[in-house]
Amino acid sequence: MAETKEKSLSDEKPKPRVRPIVRLGIFLISHSFHVSVVCCTAGVLALFLLPVLAKNTYISENALMPGSASPMLSNQHVSDGNRLVKDLTNPNSKSSETGIESHKIIAQYMLDLGAEVSFHKFHPQMNQFHPLHFFSSPDSGKIQENYSCSSYGINTVGIIRAPRGDGKEAIVLVTPYNALKSGFGEALSLGIAYSVFSLLTQVTWLAKDIIWLVADSQYGEYAAVAAWLREYQTPKFSSLSAPNAEMCPDVNNLFELKGHSISGSKFSNSFRRAGTMAAALVLKVRDQNEQFEDTISIYAEASNGQMPNLDLINVVNYLAVHRQGLRVNVEKLWSLLNSSWLKSLGEIFESLAKVAKSLYPKWKFGIPATEYVEGTATLASSLYYQALGVPTGPHGAFRDYQVDAITLEISPKFSLDKVWRNDILLRGGRLIEGVIRSVNNLLEKFHQSFFLYLLTSPSKFVSVGVYMIAFALLIAPLPMVAASLYVDANSSSKRSKGDSSTPSAITDTDEHSIAIRSWSPTTSFMIWVLLSILSLLTLNSVLASPLACAKATQEKEWALVKSVTISSVFIGLGLMSVINFATAEIGALLMVPMCLLAQPLKLDVRAGTLRSFCRMICNLVLGHIAFPPAAFFLLKGMLDGFGNANVGDFWMWVESLWAWNSATYLFIGMVQLPCWVLCISILFHTC
Amino acid sequence: MALLRRPLLLLLLIVTHQFLQFRIAFGSVNEEGQKQEEFYEELLLKPLPDRKLLTHFHFQSSAPPSTSNGRHHHLFPKAISQLVLKFQVKEMELSFTQGRWNYESWGGFDPIPSSNAKPPGVELWAVFDAPQHLIDALWKNLTHTLSGLFCASINFLESSTAYSAPEWSFPPASGKLRYGTLPREAVCTENLTPWLKLLPCRDKAGISMLLDRPSIYRGFYHSQRLHLTSTGSGSEGMDPGIILEQTLTVVLQPDSQRASLAHASEKHIQPSWSLSSIFGKQISGRCVLAETSSVYFLLDKGLVAELEHIHKENEKSEENVLISEKFWNNPSFELSAKPDRIFIEESSLLSKNASVLYKFEIEKYGESEPFDLGLFWKTPVVWLCQQAPLHANRFLMGSGNERGAIAISLKSTQSSEGFMGSNSNDERCELRVDVFQVVPWYVKVYFHSLQVFVDQQPKAVSDIIEKIHVSPSKDKVSPGVMELVLTLPCSVSSAVLTIEFDKGFLHIDEYPPDANQGFDIPSAIVSFPNFHARMVFLENDSLNKSPLLSKFQEKSPVMSYTEVLLVPLTTPDFSMPYNVITITCTVFALYFGSLLNALRRRVAEEERFLKDKAAKKMDRIPLLLSKLSAKLRGRHLEGPQAPPASSSFINSKSVLKVILIAGLAVYWQYYFS
Repeated sequence: MAETKEKSLSDEKPKPRVRPIVRLGIFLISHSFHVSVVCCTAGVLALFLLPVLAKNTYISENALMPGSASPMLSNQHVSDGNRLVKDLTNPNSKSSETGIESHKIIAQYMLDLGAEVSFHKFHPQMNQFHPLHFFSSPDSGKIQENYSCSSYGINTVGIIRAPRGDGKEAIVLVTPYNALKSGFGEALSLGIAYSVFSLLTQVTWLAKDIIWLVADSQYGEYAAVAAWLREYQTPKFSSLSAPNAEMCPDVNNLFELKGHSISGSKFSNSFRRAGTMAAALVLKVRDQNEQFEDTISIYAEASNGQMPNLDLINVVNYLAVHRQGLRVNVEKLWSLLNSSWLKSLGEIFESLAKVAKSLYPKWKFGIPATEYVEGTATLASSLYYQALGVPTGPHGAFRDYQVDAITLEISPKFSLDKVWRNDILLRGGRLIEGVIRSVNNLLEKFHQSFFLYLLTSPSKFVSVGVYMIAFALLIAPLPMVAASLYVDANSSSKRSKGDSSTPSAITDTDEHSIAIRSWSPTTSFMIWVLLSILSLLTLNSVLASPLACAKATQEKEWALVKSVTISSVFIGLGLMSVINFATAEIGALLMVPMCLLAQPLKLDVRAGTLRSFCRMICNLVLGHIAFPPAAFFLLKGMLDGFGNANVGDFWMWVESLWAWNSATYLFIGMVQLPCWVLCISILFHTC
Repeated sequence: MALLRRPLLLLLLIVTHQFLQFRIAFGSVNEEGQKQEEFYEELLLKPLPDRKLLTHFHFQSSAPPSTSNGRHHHLFPKAISQLVLKFQVKEMELSFTQGRWNYESWGGFDPIPSSNAKPPGVELWAVFDAPQHLIDALWKNLTHTLSGLFCASINFLESSTAYSAPEWSFPPASGKLRYGTLPREAVCTENLTPWLKLLPCRDKAGISMLLDRPSIYRGFYHSQRLHLTSTGSGSEGMDPGIILEQTLTVVLQPDSQRASLAHASEKHIQPSWSLSSIFGKQISGRCVLAETSSVYFLLDKGLVAELEHIHKENEKSEENVLISEKFWNNPSFELSAKPDRIFIEESSLLSKNASVLYKFEIEKYGESEPFDLGLFWKTPVVWLCQQAPLHANRFLMGSGNERGAIAISLKSTQSSEGFMGSNSNDERCELRVDVFQVVPWYVKVYFHSLQVFVDQQPKAVSDIIEKIHVSPSKDKVSPGVMELVLTLPCSVSSAVLTIEFDKGFLHIDEYPPDANQGFDIPSAIVSFPNFHARMVFLENDSLNKSPLLSKFQEKSPVMSYTEVLLVPLTTPDFSMPYNVITITCTVFALYFGSLLNALRRRVAEEERFLKDKAAKKMDRIPLLLSKLSAKLRGRHLEGPQAPPASSSFINSKSVLKVILIAGLAVYWQYYFS
């Protein structure tokens, strides 16, 4: 708005033979201060307006037809499921140390239904850091030399072939299960999956094969699912270590089950496959719960902020709310719910909306303040988990192979006595059945609905077209300010020298940080900080001092450095927004104000006016906030209270980013930290 | 009345007599020259290990070679004979299939799966008896004719990207063969009805009466096949003799499953069934035009062995119960009708057991006493069907829209050890496997990336592959064809072939109009030329009349089809062409506009002009502009430089005015609402 107004004003003066677009550009550059203030405030405001602008979700793909068929899951299937739960929780089945017995029980149950069963044996794999993992598809993992017999997991896989289908596509149902120390919740999730599975062996409407993966979660849910997917998608045919693993006695013991079975041909040691995976559901049941209602939580964030198609979430939400009467939950930042400033902000928006409505009755954009607060809490967590780049559950493994997947976690209301157990089995089973049936209806790949979105509630979302505005407004002033700084600096001195040595110094220190790993988080963090400062100072004294000799350039040198900083921030943020939008958004929030405001403290002190004093204060505060560890510490303190915030937590956090191949790690190392250092060097510039 | 009736009867007698005489005369004329046209109808029933039932309908009509041109037929469908004549078809097979043949539990070695298990969708191959340059044109016409005849989109096989010409790997190999598949074709009654119309009795009488549409399409596998061979005409002017073989293979699940599920103890008993319970109909008499009309009930090797084992345990008697007098009421099962004949397979040297075949003649039954074969199982039986030596499996590897790999994995089946064992005395026992794979052009296969792994060890390609024929695909012209002959050691337990490919980009009008699921790679054919799916039954004298049994005796290599694969390709979002068009147009407009501007303008003159003006007016903007443009060109501005202090152009008065007016408007609106 402001821009157009300015544009119209600038048009008033006749300037012959100067094209309006150039004129506008020059105008914006010369007024970069006003423009940046307006844009930044608008950007932040737009971010806070997002919960208001969120749209209701709708099922975009008509072929899904959720809930159009009445559920077929009956009490018969539920009692089947109950039988399995009883057998699994039976203390006799846990006699074996490796938990093989319970895998046998599950396999036997699957075989009795007429499904094809196989065991998938895997060895947990160490996380390897691939710096540009998000650009390439996952590879088939490294061959590890020394597998020990003790450390392997067993996934039990059951496959139902669609009676009349052509077997080109498959739907995957995953239930993580730890045979060694399984809670009742895990057994219950197996019961739900089994009751659905037993129904699906009988139905005739199946068009896609169904794969039920009981993922052995003793080495982590994600690791088991990822190992299975790796074997499914990129198998290794020349495995030198395979005979080694076969020698382990337990494994051979495991495969003896087939002889007694009725349909012996259905069991095989070899890895079984169905077609291309259409969608995957991960089902979990939480053990303890304090809820007053049966709730179901949806986790959707995969690595680097990738989301499954919104239609999948819509289907689950629709079926859970409108068919099974479950409350659907999406992850929230709970501590934001009680913050008073959000509440007052919500009230302001509400009253503004009221005024607007009274002005013109068709303007209906307001939402109640409580809803606003909740939406903001959900949005914040949605942004955070996307920005983190770490998958929020085993579904993340599927997204690496372009398969849409979500995790459903059911938290039942009561302590699980018999009646309630049956009820949960029935309702959970019917929900899963409905989702599978919807996906089964789908002729195409999931493509209709959004892939880029933020959730503000299970039934409300902000699409990419809306949330991009906030980001675009935030980074829009950067090139203008950079240009104007450059023009200003250049007008006085023609020599332009950017301090390009500093970013490389930062990457050097990152390598240091990778090398030290055996200390406790806090000490290693401290060592990292010290090393960084040391190396930065030495590099600065070695490389930056020759420049300092020329006195003439001193006066405007900081402006050039600032210009370089701002343009590098702009490029970094722009690139990051393509890879992981949420990271770029949060990064922009932290860095843009700091970069724009940075000015040597000496100048401000010298000026001595109120304005320069304010600027100094702002600079100091922002300089602290934008330092990633400080930002992390502050955020954690705000959310959990400052008491239990620890300096070492940041180290742990960064290590987890590293382990999960998150692009955020690269962003912090290559964009945020260098730019922060540059800004600090501007602040302490001796001019 | 009696008087009146008598002359009528007489008349009738005379007429029929004359007609009969005519018929006899006609027949005798034919008999002098050659054989009559013949029609056979047969049905084979076979219980399958996983509680299902295989029903295999086999109809065969044959027309002998004749001299008359454009003659009429008695039984033989005219459409087919015209088709054979017009397109000079030597041999042709067309199959419509829904569902997958489950090689693991339904067997892969017998003649039935070997020749009747087909890939999902439509498969068509034809051998032409014509010069090489005419064959492609004939094929195209043939596809259109068949498409009209069977109400299916077989005409899509017309385009040269859809069919291929295998050199030698496809069994009736010759240079004149064309092969094409449509994996996505849906099969329904509209394809069955024209197929039934080719039968002389349609589905009005005889065995084909059983073909109740709902119960057929409820099945787990359904394949309708039409195979015709024309025996080349010896002399000029003679029409070729044609043998048309129509088979329908259906795998059904008898209904009694649910009842038996209720009792946990009876869970493992095979379901009992009868013709009326699975088809809802009975056979009331034969098709009068058929030479023979019979129903067979086949117990395969594994089942017979298992039954004998059970019987021996029970009664310890040596005599073979299955072929003794009381066979239909033995301890394991009970047949509701008494078979007319029992055949026992001529047991080969390799395997001790032999299949048993019961034959029921339909001629004895009629309207009053319809034929309804039933089977009642008394004891649980578990057996395995005979497997092909290697179980073939195919899957895609990799993910993403860029590249991937096809893997064909061959796993040895336990049952094949018997075959191997006999040969293992030799020094070098080798198992020959032929692989035939057609790949559409948009899946760009790199044939050099072919890798072979035998027993999880990488092997040199030349060690394993004896013979290879590759015709690479041409974009939008022809598909890629790969034919391989592998020689594997007999002791092989698993072998894997992998080949990498890049995914191509399609033009917008090459995408099919239907839902975008992905693109199909048709089934690969894996055949074992050293193994023959063959069943030879004793008492051969009566067999020459049964085309089904003589078909069983033919020596044909064991064949199996792999799964159809689904390759997701990059797909433009068709629902948003508008956005794409707008964005592209904007980009182009901006680009060309600025390019033209840059080419058209004379910079030096403008700069001079602006300098003059600046000197006159001391205006800052043009100065700034000229400076910027000079900057952009990397040159330094000549002449005096004005200090570029940031200048304010916003006329604060006008801004105030605008704000005042807007505020007034809002207040006005608010006040009056």
